[in-house]
Amino acid sequence: MIRLEARTAPSQLMGVLSPLLAFATTMLVAGAIFAALGKDPLQGLQVFVLEPFNGLRALSELGLKSTPLILCALGLALSYRSNVWNIGAEGQFLMGAIAGGGLALWVTTAELAIPKLAFFPLLVVAGALGGAAWASIVALLRDRFNANEILVSLMLVYIANLLLSWLVFGPWKDPNGFNFPQTVSFAANTEVPRLIPGMRLGWGLPVALLAALAMWLFMFRTYRGMQLQVGGPAPLAARYAGFSSRAAIWTTLLVSGGLAGVAGAFEVAGPMGQLTPHVSSGYGFTAIIVAFVGRLHPLGTILASLVLSTFLIGGELAQSRLGLPSALTGIFQGVLLLALLACDTLVQYRPRWSRSS
Amino acid sequence: MSGLPTVTPAAAPRLRLERVTKRYGAVVANDGVALTVQPGEIHSILGENGAGKSTLVKIIYGAVRPDAGVIEWNGRPVQIRSPHEARHLGVAMVFQHFSLFDTLTVAENVWLGLSRRVPLRAVVDGIRAKAAEYGLELEPDRAVHTLSVGERQRVEIVRALLAEPQLLILDEPTSVLTPQAVERLFVTLRQLAATGCSILYISHKLDEIRALCHQCTVLRGGRVTGTCDPTQETTASLSRLMIGAEPPRLVRRESERGALALRVRDLSLPRLDRFDVPLERVSLDVHAGEIVGIAGVSGNGQQELLAALSGEDPRAEDGAVRIFDQPIGRLHSAARRRLGLHFIPEERLGRGAVPSLSLASNLLLTRRESLRRFGWIDRGALRTQTSGIIERFNVKSGGPGAAARSLSGGNLQKYIVGREIDAVPKVLIVAQPTWGVDVGAAAQIRGELLALRDAGCAVLVVSEELDELFAMTDRLHVISKGRLSPSIATEAATVELVGEWMSGLWGEEAAGATAAAPGRAAGAPPAPGEAP
Amino acid sequence: MNQLALLVAATLSAGTPLALAGLGLLLNERAGVLNLGSEGIMLVAAVAGFGTALLTGNEWAAFAAGALAGAALSAVFGWLVIWLNTNQYATGLAISLFGSGFSAFVGIDLVGKQLVETPAPSVPLLRDLPFLGEALFKQHPMVYLVMTLAGAAAWFLYRTRAGLVLRAVGESPASAHALGYPVRRIRLAAVLAGGALCGVAGAYLSVVYTPLWVEGMVAGRGWIALALTVFATWRPARLLLGAYLFGGVTMLQLFLQAQGVQVAPQFMTMLPYVATVVVLVLISSNPLWIRLNMPASLGKPFFPGA
Repeated sequence: MIRLEARTAPSQLMGVLSPLLAFATTMLVAGAIFAALGKDPLQGLQVFVLEPFNGLRALSELGLKSTPLILCALGLALSYRSNVWNIGAEGQFLMGAIAGGGLALWVTTAELAIPKLAFFPLLVVAGALGGAAWASIVALLRDRFNANEILVSLMLVYIANLLLSWLVFGPWKDPNGFNFPQTVSFAANTEVPRLIPGMRLGWGLPVALLAALAMWLFMFRTYRGMQLQVGGPAPLAARYAGFSSRAAIWTTLLVSGGLAGVAGAFEVAGPMGQLTPHVSSGYGFTAIIVAFVGRLHPLGTILASLVLSTFLIGGELAQSRLGLPSALTGIFQGVLLLALLACDTLVQYRPRWSRSS
Repeated sequence: MSGLPTVTPAAAPRLRLERVTKRYGAVVANDGVALTVQPGEIHSILGENGAGKSTLVKIIYGAVRPDAGVIEWNGRPVQIRSPHEARHLGVAMVFQHFSLFDTLTVAENVWLGLSRRVPLRAVVDGIRAKAAEYGLELEPDRAVHTLSVGERQRVEIVRALLAEPQLLILDEPTSVLTPQAVERLFVTLRQLAATGCSILYISHKLDEIRALCHQCTVLRGGRVTGTCDPTQETTASLSRLMIGAEPPRLVRRESERGALALRVRDLSLPRLDRFDVPLERVSLDVHAGEIVGIAGVSGNGQQELLAALSGEDPRAEDGAVRIFDQPIGRLHSAARRRLGLHFIPEERLGRGAVPSLSLASNLLLTRRESLRRFGWIDRGALRTQTSGIIERFNVKSGGPGAAARSLSGGNLQKYIVGREIDAVPKVLIVAQPTWGVDVGAAAQIRGELLALRDAGCAVLVVSEELDELFAMTDRLHVISKGRLSPSIATEAATVELVGEWMSGLWGEEAAGATAAAPGRAAGAPPAPGEAP
Repeated sequence: MNQLALLVAATLSAGTPLALAGLGLLLNERAGVLNLGSEGIMLVAAVAGFGTALLTGNEWAAFAAGALAGAALSAVFGWLVIWLNTNQYATGLAISLFGSGFSAFVGIDLVGKQLVETPAPSVPLLRDLPFLGEALFKQHPMVYLVMTLAGAAAWFLYRTRAGLVLRAVGESPASAHALGYPVRRIRLAAVLAGGALCGVAGAYLSVVYTPLWVEGMVAGRGWIALALTVFATWRPARLLLGAYLFGGVTMLQLFLQAQGVQVAPQFMTMLPYVATVVVLVLISSNPLWIRLNMPASLGKPFFPGA
């Protein structure tokens, strides 16, 4: 029988090994699922894990998927470190998409001749405002009425989804769109500038990487960042020190909402080019996994977002190449997070093999 | 040999431990411990903090499994794998931190502690019967959270007694009692031992052990350093067995009282939670250059008063708390700290320090010297500052980068005390300065606090250890049920008097004592409304 | 009049899955474990139930399958949280994410399938009462069962020793452990029971209420059930009441549409989610009230020192 014994200090080795171990476990489970579906496990894994890295175009797509994941996960990492459980990044993403999309729609319909480079910062601001405004509802209700932020932020995801649906089915619907629920295609000058000609990857990625660097500095080099992180593991110490828990709620929610909103704006004005009900492929939820797999660390987030966007693309490839449902991605994501949480036990505890009594 | 139980030599000992060893990583908590407890014997396990007492008790109660060793129960070798099995054998325990359920009633709590299937009604009758037999008044239908700490202990004891134990373990039971209540507890325990129940009494208070116990096993550093009949020993000889040296003596000079630094007037606070104690018109003064102590049984409003003084609870009326005549009742703790009021809380891990953060990061909880513009942290300066404190206060640690939780209790306390003293506070409030700390560290911390007083700081010490308060303070208050007694010069205070005050009984003569005490300090205002 | 009777009937039916899941989560939380995986558990159970109903044509087999699936998934949650001491929030989220992915994957072939129609159930004699018959007595047996279940849960919690032990574990696991209670096993039992009830709720949705399998069809009811436990301040009778309240809000949209109220359907669909937020705000704005009633160890891990 295996028993767990608390370690005197967390194991640093296990802190690094645990995500790798979790990834290996996920691959084993994935292989088993492929085998159970009558596919060659190695071929399946190859499509799922290696194919997304094959060639410049594939890498561009990978970067494109990583962008929203990094942006959303950065804010979530900060929230979770501060013991603020914002799980509504998906809703904040959608509101950013609505705000950014609305702006692009206005520029398109008013035929404003604003240059691309001038529109980009406006897009960032619009997305950030949209996401932060949505998250501020959570902050207000938590701060003012003590309402549980988990449930409120999640309910706001459903509400944001319905709001988006109403817009594209109703007032913002393309009049010449054969009654499809979507806006007109945005004008070219609203598009997020691209990094490499001919590839879809845009300026969003460098913005996300800069955000990660800024988040790292904020978390580990500033007093404010340090203050936020005391409230998570030791709320009494935060009160003792005089660090405001209200500030933590507002800061983390506004920052994470803003970042998720920017991600949403990049998505509509980037690869989508219009607003549809399917702006997000669940980026806000996947980002939760990214945040945890990345150890709630800004640089870890970048690595983890690569892994998770590999899964997203792998799922699409598995559908087109192997005829497997892309829903497999969801399973792999869940298994990865569950395996990671289990492996993380080894950071705090030492397994001991003892004879069963 | 009065007081010794009549033990027939043929009878097997109730409990016998041999070569019991328990390791936690590199630390050996118990190293080849031997212990023999006879039926009807009151046996003390004596040792200072960290000597391995609680590990040994947990082994006997089945909460911890030993790595090696033999346990015999009534002459038969046994393995005690869980508290459940221990209770089945006939071991009952009264915990230092009670194992009670606050929202449930007394009867329900007792019921949960009985392994046999008895109906709740029978439990209520049983409680009444035991309470009458041992003089332990209890109302079975009251919810536990409405009880005082002493009453809660009574619930624990009655629960243990109803299990008809053959061995009763009490872990530091007197820390929650007034001196008078301690006497009553001893009567109960002697009565119980006379029925043949063995009692294992865990304590570090030498006088109590000499007054109560028949036998004593002394632990030091996880090993048994001796067994003795405590009635035949002196406090000094027991102390030598316990710490291996003469107890350190505290050298203190007369205090030179300066200006009024901390002034609390009619501080009343309603409770925030049903488990809180509301504060009622608390008034006290602390002058520069003096140490004022607050004695009291835990759970009488100490936490609430400390939070209101430190700023963790900024609900007080602004003028109710003043530092150098500046009202601070509504300021939060960081703002009060900027005015020179520092606080050392009772809980080190999780309140005084964040367990997972480094000592350097923990410095930032209360110190801002290493911050640059825009809140940028100057890491070099922070490390230097941390190293300085580690060196000055002789903290054994892995350096400024070591996580707070990797330090021993005594060393972390030295670090936290050092962090606040190093800030050169004008007013320092300390809760339980030496709680759970070994004798060496305790002596050092007390010495540092006295030195701070001599340097002109106003110090307020809240402690449940009367000995500590008598050794360190210049004046004493007692807190009881959220009300604060008038102060009395420590020289004039006796254990009996303070004990009475702990039950909330302070009268007219006490008010007289107050009027006499602060009179000679220049500029000290009379204390209106101090008498209840 | 007839309209109102139909509204009452629809409300009872819509409240039933919420009450089932809510009661399960209430038991969970009374033991000190917060299971944020309820949404995922209900989804997986909905697929399992729907598949079983297709295969066997038997509703009760479908409920059993749902309960089993729910218990199985919550066993994973329980093992991680109780034995490996993982963060309850994160683990629950992981179960929810896994559950929605897994159910979508497994349910692909079930999309669009129809169940064999079963005759509408009703209570003999009572169904013929004017108004009341229409409102109360033409319901699926599960509707009545859940009412009984709420009573049973209240009796269990407040009238039995086992219920007292469960509450004690949720109040202070350390004390319960010190008294020799197998805290982890008790918590696991509560988690399994909670998962099974969430499972029945999921199966009821896909087999009786909708009755169809659509990806993500639980549509936040798992989360609303979590909010209900807060709303009910962890008391079974209040939880039942809350479930019907939310059922009523869900049905209100149909009622209003029938009355010819012109509002975009999206805003109608929003109602239960908005109501959840409003209710959370109202109930939480008095922190004392919550603290007085919340199981003290809720969400906090317990690791018996070895």
